[in-house]
Amino acid sequence: MKLFELSAAEMRLRLDAREISAPELLRSHLDRIASVDPQVHAFITVSEDRAMEQAERAQEAIDHGQAGPLTGIPVALKDNMVTRNLRTTCASKILENYVPPYSGTLEERLLDQFAVIVGKTNLDEFAMGTSTEHSAFFPTRNPYALDRVPGGSSGGSAAAVASKMAPLAFGSDTGGSVRQPASLCGVVGFKPTYGRVSRYGLVAFCSSLDQIGPFARSVRDAVTAFEAIFGPDPRDSTCVEMPYNAKRASIGEISGKRVGIPKELMSDAVDADVRAAFRGAVDKLAAHGAIVEEFSAPMIEHGVSTYYIIAPAEASSNLARYDGVRYGLRIEEGSHIDMMKATRAEGFGREVKERIIIGTHVLSSGYYDAYYAKAHKVRTLMKQQFREAFGRFDVVVAPTSPTTAFKLGERLDDPLALKLADYCTIPANIGGFPAMSINCGFADGLPTGFQIVADSFAEEKLFSFALGAERIISPEPIPLAI
Amino acid sequence: MLKSPVPITREELEHLADLARLRLSEEEYSVMQSDLNRVLEHFERLQALDLAEVALTPHSVDVAGIWREDFPMRGLEREDVLAGAPDVQAGLFLVPTIIE
Repeated sequence: MKLFELSAAEMRLRLDAREISAPELLRSHLDRIASVDPQVHAFITVSEDRAMEQAERAQEAIDHGQAGPLTGIPVALKDNMVTRNLRTTCASKILENYVPPYSGTLEERLLDQFAVIVGKTNLDEFAMGTSTEHSAFFPTRNPYALDRVPGGSSGGSAAAVASKMAPLAFGSDTGGSVRQPASLCGVVGFKPTYGRVSRYGLVAFCSSLDQIGPFARSVRDAVTAFEAIFGPDPRDSTCVEMPYNAKRASIGEISGKRVGIPKELMSDAVDADVRAAFRGAVDKLAAHGAIVEEFSAPMIEHGVSTYYIIAPAEASSNLARYDGVRYGLRIEEGSHIDMMKATRAEGFGREVKERIIIGTHVLSSGYYDAYYAKAHKVRTLMKQQFREAFGRFDVVVAPTSPTTAFKLGERLDDPLALKLADYCTIPANIGGFPAMSINCGFADGLPTGFQIVADSFAEEKLFSFALGAERIISPEPIPLAI
Repeated sequence: MLKSPVPITREELEHLADLARLRLSEEEYSVMQSDLNRVLEHFERLQALDLAEVALTPHSVDVAGIWREDFPMRGLEREDVLAGAPDVQAGLFLVPTIIE
């Protein structure tokens, strides 16, 4: 087995046993990237020299007995996460040459623990999309079928982990942008409870929904990555101190667990082959003693509308900062207003412009009550319906994505079809709940996802169930297309 | 009762673009007008819900008032911040004339 094929946990063991060195482990991944990324296109920037320095520092930490759970482990970051002196583009022309003068909290915590940042991964511009086709630079390919999308918006991070260019990667999940690509690429993707992980240095898209989460090839590795980054941060007032019990998170018990399936996520809105794979997984869990029951949360059907009001509304405000004045692109033209318009016309792609326009519209006087206020009322009801469910169930499970990976270009002209890709994942964002996608097996050679949602700040319950579910569902792996 | 939303006109779209400091090409106007009207049609389902008695939840987590201690600390170095600026003069951001 090659080094890049190991799990992060196994890499840690070998590093601590001095069977391998951190620079050697990094080299194995850089070689892997050089060999497969020309097909997959997961990375916008590979930070080879910087990563090698970090690997050398990691090795020193190991030699001095100061290794932590991520020391020496190569990780990839979605390119909307600020990295000091390393270009951070958000896959947008407006930030194409932006080099941040500071570290985000994620980078800071990773480097404090001597993780090794191999590079920055591709995304839909400013994380707006479900296919990574809205990157201003190039689309990323699905490692299981190179003519298909990896999902999005964190498609680069999902594809990097699936194709073993890094054992761990981080993405951001606003409406499903970690879980949906994890599902389409057959890896684990986790969105923590809103408020668990600092957003300082995560380029803001929809501040009341954005949350950073890990990708991994096993639940255990994803849990390790989460444990390394969560916790309060004085620079993000929405990031809070809440208890978390790592021991309880590692139990892995399924027998006797009460599991709810929302009917609305088993409707025709989800493809039949995806539902069949999901049913198969549920049957296996039931055979191992899980107590499975369907329930109804009717507000789920309004999730996509709610999301596409709230997210563009906040985005239209958050993206006002790209004005050609302090950083990023500037197109010189006449007055300062003309300069801003020319800069934004040239710097933003169509999808971003469209969302800014939608957001500006729903916030306009005369429309505010009809859209924005209503969306926040639906949010109240959606949260209530899930809260009630968590009174009866330990976890709620559902398919992660309504479809398997679709072909590149197939949905670009259909704005609704692309947006409906988030149908199953949006409820957890609207309610702020933690949610994970694990591989649920394959339909026609393409991965499907099994989503597990728990009550707010009940990560340990979710992880324990996910560990058990991963062991029991355990789909037969199929080879990558690279 | 579901009713169709009043479609966004070209003039309204131009006004929105102006508010958002965007300039759109002819092609963008026509694509966006049809996309936007499709999306607004989808939103119309919300209008059928009875939400009169429901409170707003602008934020998903019911924790508020997390303040850090207020103490002085060093910010970023001026030259580091200005290094990424499109135009700089005498240690300041330079912009086109705003007041004649």
